[in-house]
Amino acid sequence: MVSFSAVAKRYPGGQEALKDVSFSLEPGELAFLTGRSGAGKSTLLKLIPAIERPSSGSVVVNGQNVGALKRAAIPHLRRNLGLVFQDQKLLYDRSVYDNVMLPLAFSAHAPKEAARRARAALDKVNLLGREKANPIQLSGGEQQRLAIARAVVNRPAILVADEPTANLDAESAARILDIFVAFNQVGVTVLIATHDQALVERYGKRVLHLDRGRIS
Amino acid sequence: MTAWLRQHRQALSSAVRRLSFLNALVIGIALSLPAGGYALLESLRPAGARLALEPRISLFLDAQVSRADAEALGKRLRADRRIGAVRFVAREEALEEMSAVQGLSEVIGALGRNPLPDAFVVTSKEDIAGELARLPGVAHVQADAVWARRLAAAAALAQLGLALLAALLGAGLVAVTFNTIRLQILTQRDEIEVSKLIGASDAFIRRPFYYLGVLQGLVGGAVALALVGAALALLNREVRVLAESYGSSFRFGFLSPAEALAILVFAGLLGWAGAQLSVGRHLRAIEPR
Repeated sequence: MVSFSAVAKRYPGGQEALKDVSFSLEPGELAFLTGRSGAGKSTLLKLIPAIERPSSGSVVVNGQNVGALKRAAIPHLRRNLGLVFQDQKLLYDRSVYDNVMLPLAFSAHAPKEAARRARAALDKVNLLGREKANPIQLSGGEQQRLAIARAVVNRPAILVADEPTANLDAESAARILDIFVAFNQVGVTVLIATHDQALVERYGKRVLHLDRGRIS
Repeated sequence: MTAWLRQHRQALSSAVRRLSFLNALVIGIALSLPAGGYALLESLRPAGARLALEPRISLFLDAQVSRADAEALGKRLRADRRIGAVRFVAREEALEEMSAVQGLSEVIGALGRNPLPDAFVVTSKEDIAGELARLPGVAHVQADAVWARRLAAAAALAQLGLALLAALLGAGLVAVTFNTIRLQILTQRDEIEVSKLIGASDAFIRRPFYYLGVLQGLVGGAVALALVGAALALLNREVRVLAESYGSSFRFGFLSPAEALAILVFAGLLGWAGAQLSVGRHLRAIEPR
């Protein structure tokens, strides 16, 4: 599903974020990516939707070599991924519902089907009652759930989340992770980056630990 | 296909929502100058064209020349291949024509006798005025050709001026659109970035901006046409009074439907060009990191 082999990433200026990273995620697998801040977690996740390109090695997602993908092919790759960003990237000029509708605007769904999907996604993260609210009115946990709803509204086979529990209290964080586990149980491949080692251990899932750019 | 149409409809409605009437007004005012100038020049053209195409030469005969000699001269003129139409204007006829002109009849009445000579009015595309002046019995020759040439030169100059003005203001329109789209891209920066991150194609992201540019140009063009129409209507109120005092029914004509359409299309195309330049330059800069 997702496969890294001998991936290195150097930023201009010589900073080496990843060195010789190899791993692969099987379809339907859930894995945590842990490590301290600056260990390279975000860089690794950004390679999957081709936000960043590897300096060497190969990243294969859904059978496509992402590093060699043409610019024009990237939108199609991203549409088949569910991405939850560290800073969530919600749009505060529109309602919760319209935020979830955003990915559906450039998919081929008929308006009725799009509306049904948006409501279904909001239902899964328990935000159906807040669809008319502005994201700014939501709590931190609710905003994170909204970001998840937007990521899953196109029913991707792969879900990638960068620090989805950062800045959340333990209860909200557990709720968020439960949502990811629920998606994984229906067959979605999930990769979650977090620095919260204690939370990870409770789930007993596969852990990829990044330390100074290497998987250990 | 329906999805494609739906996306275009969405892009169009997004562009309509973001359309600023103030920008369209600026474009409209800028375009109304060359468009109005063109309408004025086109209205004046029929008079100028007639003069330029068929320069007339008037041959005034000596007062002593008899009608029979005049007729012989007429025959000779008609036989000349370089000469088109030949019209004999008898001195009585000329006096009548003159008397019909307001204000002149009193002057002519005061003279007591007909001061006008017999005359021929001929048309020729060739410069034969000098030759005609040497014909027996011809006292004086007056050619329109000089005037026609001057008028044509003045018209060409005015047209060149208008073309320069149109080019300048057209460039202005592109610049206004460029800036409108730039500001719009900046205000929608977050939305564009998120859309790119979650899989919107470049075409999808660009589309509303193209629509906005074209729409702004079209509305600007429509404003320009309305301004020109209003200005001409206002001018014609005064022109009518003036023209009627000369017994003329001259009016400034509005642009023909084809010309009006051409102005709209031109404005739309310039808007598109401005959008194209702006989108190409500013959207690339928004790459999510």
